[in-house]
Amino acid sequence: MKNIYENEMKLEFVSKSNNEAFARISVAAFAAQLDPTVEELADIKTAVSEAVTNAIVHGYEDKEGTVKILCKLVGNSITIEISDTGKGIENIEMAKRPLFTSKPDLERSGMGFTIMENFMDEMEVKSIVGLGTKVIMKKVIKKDEVEEETITEVLNEISKMN
Amino acid sequence: MNSKYIKEDKLLILELLEEIDHHGVEKIRRKADDEITKYMPRKVILDFNNVTFMDSAGIGMVLGRYKIINMLGGSLEMENVSTPLKKIFDMSGITKICPIRG
Ligand SMILES: Nc1ncnc2c1ncn2[C@@H]1O[C@H](COP(=O)(O)OP(=O)(O)OP(=O)(O)O)[C@@H](O)[C@H]1O
Ligand SMILES: [Mg+2]
Repeated sequence: MKNIYENEMKLEFVSKSNNEAFARISVAAFAAQLDPTVEELADIKTAVSEAVTNAIVHGYEDKEGTVKILCKLVGNSITIEISDTGKGIENIEMAKRPLFTSKPDLERSGMGFTIMENFMDEMEVKSIVGLGTKVIMKKVIKKDEVEEETITEVLNEISKMN
Repeated sequence: MNSKYIKEDKLLILELLEEIDHHGVEKIRRKADDEITKYMPRKVILDFNNVTFMDSAGIGMVLGRYKIINMLGGSLEMENVSTPLKKIFDMSGITKICPIRG
């Protein structure tokens, strides 16, 4: 039986906005082991940026706290858990709706959760008011399948030519 | 951010050079609004050619500038929007009021 590739990493940092870029770049560097396409990597970066920004802006409301990231690679998929121990979300269904924001005054668009849902294959939000929030996202890196397809196509083309 | 004002056309081109996230957007906002209130253009073009990353903060930033320009009687368009950025703009519907050129 073929072994499934597995790997794991954890990140922990202070809730400063400077760390938004650090977090998404670190996760992208870790995800690079799965050999994702440029587009898949951009999707992961954007989703991480959204969740980390939410932890900083909404979870801790710019007070100091710790943001944690747990990343797991299993086979050709990556699971990313981003959590804070901030104020939590009262109504998760409402928070996930496109354009819903509790801070419209700060030019928020309310599209963070919608972007995470669209850019990743799975997204789950767990939250308890007063205790914190955890966002769990999963993405399957599809590149290999596509590449195999194209290789087969090319081989077929060549055999037709001969 | 680089800015270029073409007087004959009352056109202001703002070329964004930085990553657009919650951290960077405040500076972009301030600089853009300074340029807009300085020239009072009829049209503003936001050039995304050198933007390597953007998240939802970009939607809020564009919408905010649109509101100001619209209040001054002008319009806003976007230019050189790469595929990943376009995906984000399209999702929000903002391209209906701030069209992407070309
Ligand atoms: N980690 C969190 N802790 C507490 N509340 C949160 C958290 N993440 C999201 N929320 C709540 O969910 C709402 C929706 O989040 P979402 O990211 O979709 O939009 P936004 O952050 O308000 O705007 P945008 O992401 O477009 O700038 C937020 O306005 C906030 O009320
Ligand atoms: Mg958000």
